[in-house]
Amino acid sequence: MKLKHLLFTTISFSSLVTLARSSEVVVQSGGSWSPYLVGSLIGVLVCLTFYFSEEPVGASSFYATVAGFIGNAIAPKHTVQLEYFKEKPPKLNWEFIFVIAAIFGSTLAALHGGEFSIRGMPEMWTSKYGSDSWVQYSALSFTGGLLMAFGARLAGGCTSGHGISGAAQLSVSSWTSLICFFIGGVLAVQLIY
Amino acid sequence: MEKTPRNQRRKKLFQALLFGLIFGFLLQKGGVAKYHILEGQLLLTDFTVMKVMLSAILVATIGLYFLHKFAKIKLHVRPTKVGANIIGGLIFGVGFAFAGYCPGTGAAGLGQGDIPALIFMVGLVAGSYLFAEFSELSKKTIEKWGDKGKLTFHNLLKVNTGSSVVIASAILFATIIILKMINL
Repeated sequence: MKLKHLLFTTISFSSLVTLARSSEVVVQSGGSWSPYLVGSLIGVLVCLTFYFSEEPVGASSFYATVAGFIGNAIAPKHTVQLEYFKEKPPKLNWEFIFVIAAIFGSTLAALHGGEFSIRGMPEMWTSKYGSDSWVQYSALSFTGGLLMAFGARLAGGCTSGHGISGAAQLSVSSWTSLICFFIGGVLAVQLIY
Repeated sequence: MEKTPRNQRRKKLFQALLFGLIFGFLLQKGGVAKYHILEGQLLLTDFTVMKVMLSAILVATIGLYFLHKFAKIKLHVRPTKVGANIIGGLIFGVGFAFAGYCPGTGAAGLGQGDIPALIFMVGLVAGSYLFAEFSELSKKTIEKWGDKGKLTFHNLLKVNTGSSVVIASAILFATIIILKMINL
């Protein structure tokens, strides 16, 4: 990517944002932006990643890569013969850097909007389950992650990979997965709230 | 800068950094790194997540169509494996309800200071490895059910790509308008 492309991207993004910010539709409570604006910009970002990097936006594979790295470090002979890692040996790839950068991008956004703070359990949870329930909450968080990663690998992606990149390509696998993400979630949330 | 494979690779990874920063920034600004927003969507009381996703899909559908048509970009369609898509999708959804994050928004959650996002991410890594253990069996069983290869809606409905993009965009746009109108 040439410097002029980088400048173009930065200037376009900043102007779009400034333009939108100047309209009152954009800023809601607590520093949040209009979901339509955010979504549209994410859509633009997807186009940029496809065009410049030839990569779709995705997140779940990052965790599989980390799992692979750890597996290679602790039990290399076992890890390397697992079918998944035979097909997708862990590498410091595009998505790896993308997800790590996303963490920091969020920090920037949070600092910018005054929303950065070290948080424990969310209020929605503690108001129902009490502030002593961190063991249950942690177990649920961990199990949630376990199920999501398993499900994402089986389905072939997550809400970013299938839900945005795949859906935008009108892929049947992505729309099927996305709809099932929601069905599973809508049903399972009844167990909690 | 000379176009060697190493320079190309560095360029691409630098883009990953820039695009990742933007992605995380947008997720946080959209409020979708927040537990109550994500759970609220599943409870059908808060439609922020859906608004973000529908807008993103709408813009990207149109953008990718034109980029593919005129700039000949490479597409990355994931193969349709009906059994795996459905079962994996449902399992993912259950996890979503339990955690109140997803792989992308969890990263954004960590960025804004949420300690629980760390526990969630450990779970994601564990779950990925668990799947790897299961991957050989999965490939021989579930992943064979309804294996249709890289299938798009235009392939399925036997229309041309442009038509399906128009139809999809219309449906997405209508859904957004309806959500606004019924004040969700």
